[in-house]
Amino acid sequence: MSRLAVCCQGLVKRYDRGVVAVDGLDLDVATGECFGLLGPNGAGKTTTVEILEGLLEPTGGRVEVLGSTWSSDPRALRQRIGVSLQQTHLPERLSVAEILTLFRSLFERGREPSDVLRAVSLEEKRAAWYEQLSGGQKQRLAVACALVGDPELLFLDEPTTGLDPQSRLQLWDVVEGFKQSGRTVLLTTHYMDEAERLCDRVVVVDHGKAIAVGTPRELIASLGGQEVIELALGAPADEAAAAGLASVPGVRGVRRVAEGFALAVERLHLALPAVLDHLRAGGSELRRLSTRHATLEDVFVSLTGRGLRD
Amino acid sequence: MTDRRSALFELTLARLRLFFREPSAVFWAFGFPLVLSVALGVAFRNRPPEPVRVAVQSGPAAERTLSALASPLVKGVVLDADAAGRELRSGKVVLVVVPGETRTYRYDETRPEARLARLLVDDALQRAEGRADVTRVSDERVAEVGARYIDFLVPGLVGLNLMSSGMWGIGYSIVEMRTKKLFKRMLATPMRRSDFLLSFIIMRAIFAAIEVPVLFGFGRLAFGVRVFGSPLLLGALCLLGALTFGGLGLLVASRAQNTQTVGGLMNLVMMPMFICSGVFFSTSNFPERMQPALRLLPLTALNDALRAVMEGDGDPARAVGGPALVLGAWTLASYAAALKLFRWR
Repeated sequence: MSRLAVCCQGLVKRYDRGVVAVDGLDLDVATGECFGLLGPNGAGKTTTVEILEGLLEPTGGRVEVLGSTWSSDPRALRQRIGVSLQQTHLPERLSVAEILTLFRSLFERGREPSDVLRAVSLEEKRAAWYEQLSGGQKQRLAVACALVGDPELLFLDEPTTGLDPQSRLQLWDVVEGFKQSGRTVLLTTHYMDEAERLCDRVVVVDHGKAIAVGTPRELIASLGGQEVIELALGAPADEAAAAGLASVPGVRGVRRVAEGFALAVERLHLALPAVLDHLRAGGSELRRLSTRHATLEDVFVSLTGRGLRD
Repeated sequence: MTDRRSALFELTLARLRLFFREPSAVFWAFGFPLVLSVALGVAFRNRPPEPVRVAVQSGPAAERTLSALASPLVKGVVLDADAAGRELRSGKVVLVVVPGETRTYRYDETRPEARLARLLVDDALQRAEGRADVTRVSDERVAEVGARYIDFLVPGLVGLNLMSSGMWGIGYSIVEMRTKKLFKRMLATPMRRSDFLLSFIIMRAIFAAIEVPVLFGFGRLAFGVRVFGSPLLLGALCLLGALTFGGLGLLVASRAQNTQTVGGLMNLVMMPMFICSGVFFSTSNFPERMQPALRLLPLTALNDALRAVMEGDGDPARAVGGPALVLGAWTLASYAAALKLFRWR
């Protein structure tokens, strides 16, 4: 057990009026890995993470973080974890350096605030008030506040939601820097590219349940095909057309999308000509066709029948 | 950045910085009470006595009567009967003198001013006509420092200020932090909750130590308001008051989920004391039956104690003991209840 940074079994969180946010979730996060909780809004990711952070009481289930439980010695445990909440509004009129010094003072051990500022590339902003920072800078400061206690385990809840691409890349660099020191990261996201880039393993969560666990590569491989053909036809995208496409050799899965079909295929160079032959034989007019690599988004859709942002 | 200070120190420092970087908060805490005391001090300053206005009805003896009335306390005019009647009805003069064999005074007896005019006018005219005083008298006019309205007002404003800045300063910022989820963020660190709450209390004590001397100093410089009792005791009472209202602020904010709610709750708590606790006028204006209840209000207790020390008469322990006990009880009760009810998210 000691190799696990986080371990929870049968985690349940029920709110008043019978809303079940987490519905029997099992998680194992190994020390040193970056683990992602993936799922749409409302899947129960934040509730799960806040239970693991010791901020919410679970209704049921067992939680162990860094080998101890939240009931034994919460302050000692808080000393060892770093937390970045989904939304943190830090005090508007404190400077970056003041906020970081304040957070540092709350920990018994930790890093020099100036080191952490360098790690998140905010040295130039050290004298700026929080209210003067851009969204990306605020988010990096929030992560800096999580890093300043020199944690063994870092929780990041939707670290890049709402950020521009440049800011996301900067934040990913910060997380990768932390990973390189051999410590554990647990993050939630609904961005598949973020999970694919940062996470060693992910769990796909929907309606408070884990519906798939594995490395991003494993999950994509579970689709049966690594590539996706998206096409739109002149004819209506009906059941018959779908069944026809599914029978084409090399096509591992068919699902309907807005204007046509998305086909999961193996060996694109063989499957694509077969699909085109099938369409020509059926006399269907091809309006549009594109191909791409399969992503975790496809995994989620194939598991739930819904898109991540539906 | 290398010298690391304690969490309590940093938390308090953050509270102080946040306060002084909010210009409106600084104004409401320090500027507003000064403006208020200037305005009220000017409005209720001790004026020289106003002369009473009287009319002499025109006739052969009118001018002689008028010159006999000449005095700084009486301002007379000669008017014909119609005009004199009109001015009397509209209150421009309070008394009409009709000279004659039998002199007639026409006035409204229910008006104190008119009765005063009747006495002054009759005295002046009788004297001019030869009446002599039986006993020699001399007048000594006094305007005692300590007995003026401003002397009553300044301790009331100090109490009011301790109440409103204590409740707003603590209540509002706590609820704001709660709505911004800053609490949750702080709770995810190894911070001691007691350090966090204590930083608010320390901040209140520091502000009280600034606010109170500013107000008293201003009262002294602008109006010559003096403290006759022990300044040390006065300071201790102010500190106790700051802690009491800090506790009430904490209690009011312990559950409120947004700033509108806490604003409403604070007004609900403060409004009755604003009126009933002897800030602008004495509590003795309320019926005798209400007095015991009024004395139990924390602001009444604070104001009573402050005034007792400022007047400095009698045994201070006796005058201040009761109110101090009331304040202490409110302080303990509000902190105990606030800690029990406090919602950390």
